[in-house]
Amino acid sequence: MTFDAFDAWWWPYLFILVGGWLATDAWRFLGVYLGGRLRDDTDALVLVRALATALVAAVIGNLIVFPSGALAAAPLALRLLSAAAGFGAYLLVRKSVVVGILTAEAVLIAGLYAIGFNGG
Amino acid sequence: MAEDLSNSPRKASDYRRWFLKGVVASASIPALILMSAFVGFAGLAREAGITLPQAVFMTGMVWALPAKVVLIGAIISGSSLPAAAFAVALSSVRLTPMVVSLVPEMKTERTRPWVLYLLSHFVAVTSWVLAMEHLRTVPRDMRTVYYGGLGGTLVVTNMIVVTVMYAVAGSLPPVLSAALLMLTPIYFLTSLWGSARESAGHFAMIFGLVLGPLFHVVLPGFDLLAAGVIGGAAAYLVHRMRKGRGAAT
Repeated sequence: MTFDAFDAWWWPYLFILVGGWLATDAWRFLGVYLGGRLRDDTDALVLVRALATALVAAVIGNLIVFPSGALAAAPLALRLLSAAAGFGAYLLVRKSVVVGILTAEAVLIAGLYAIGFNGG
Repeated sequence: MAEDLSNSPRKASDYRRWFLKGVVASASIPALILMSAFVGFAGLAREAGITLPQAVFMTGMVWALPAKVVLIGAIISGSSLPAAAFAVALSSVRLTPMVVSLVPEMKTERTRPWVLYLLSHFVAVTSWVLAMEHLRTVPRDMRTVYYGGLGGTLVVTNMIVVTVMYAVAGSLPPVLSAALLMLTPIYFLTSLWGSARESAGHFAMIFGLVLGPLFHVVLPGFDLLAAGVIGGAAAYLVHRMRKGRGAAT
């Protein structure tokens, strides 16, 4: 039952519908149903947010440590340095996401040129 | 006790005008940052072996970027459909409180429920932030139309961004191709930190960042769920302990 388990054209779309659409819109619809009957700062919601944040952070960690495509050929040390530089710049410059992204990309691109990166 | 908000009946041109105002409001700095994240998503989807129609379909149907990135992460690590759906659902629970806080802003006595259910699909971080910021300046009976224009434009625009970037991504030189794949992690590394409302969010991020790659090696196929549940629960406990200690002193 993995994404490429079946050779039918519709299987990936069904996978996206059930694994993606249903798994997100169910929560949105529940939100409409509950209307204004839920407070935002209850303890249960703190736990829920923590679980969701850790899950997304786990994906981020994997995308940096075990990336795919051309990024996989870049040295791990450079990937970590780029991410750390971007995050550091973000913290230093008024928590600006733009500054964080630009810094990380600048460090990565400069580093790749410095080592004569050709994707191999 | 009846609060009649619309003394003058609304004309079709009013609806059109406020819909267009919503469309215009979508042109903003947060939307530009979101577009750059979707540029990264297109590259990520391509590398994960997802076709262009599938990537665009995913953008329209799932919409929330964290959910999509988790879904792609699950596809890359070879998760089965139930495990993938569970991981995506776990990453998307926070959509409920976002919708809960948005609905009272848009609802009038005459709003039909299906309109709210339909509009709720547009709820993700960026459109929610923009809506919470702008809705109070919109007449109450025009707010659903306005949000339809705002949210709909964001979705369609980024479906186009994904289409174009997916097509371009294959012909980029290796350095730019690597840079493209770095966009998604760095976008979330910064925006996720900024959106954390309490210390639990920051601990959850640190735990998740470390546990994700660790479980990728130890528990392939269940790495995301394990890291999310263990990292999130640990972050919550640390948060509780710190809060407890703070209250005691």
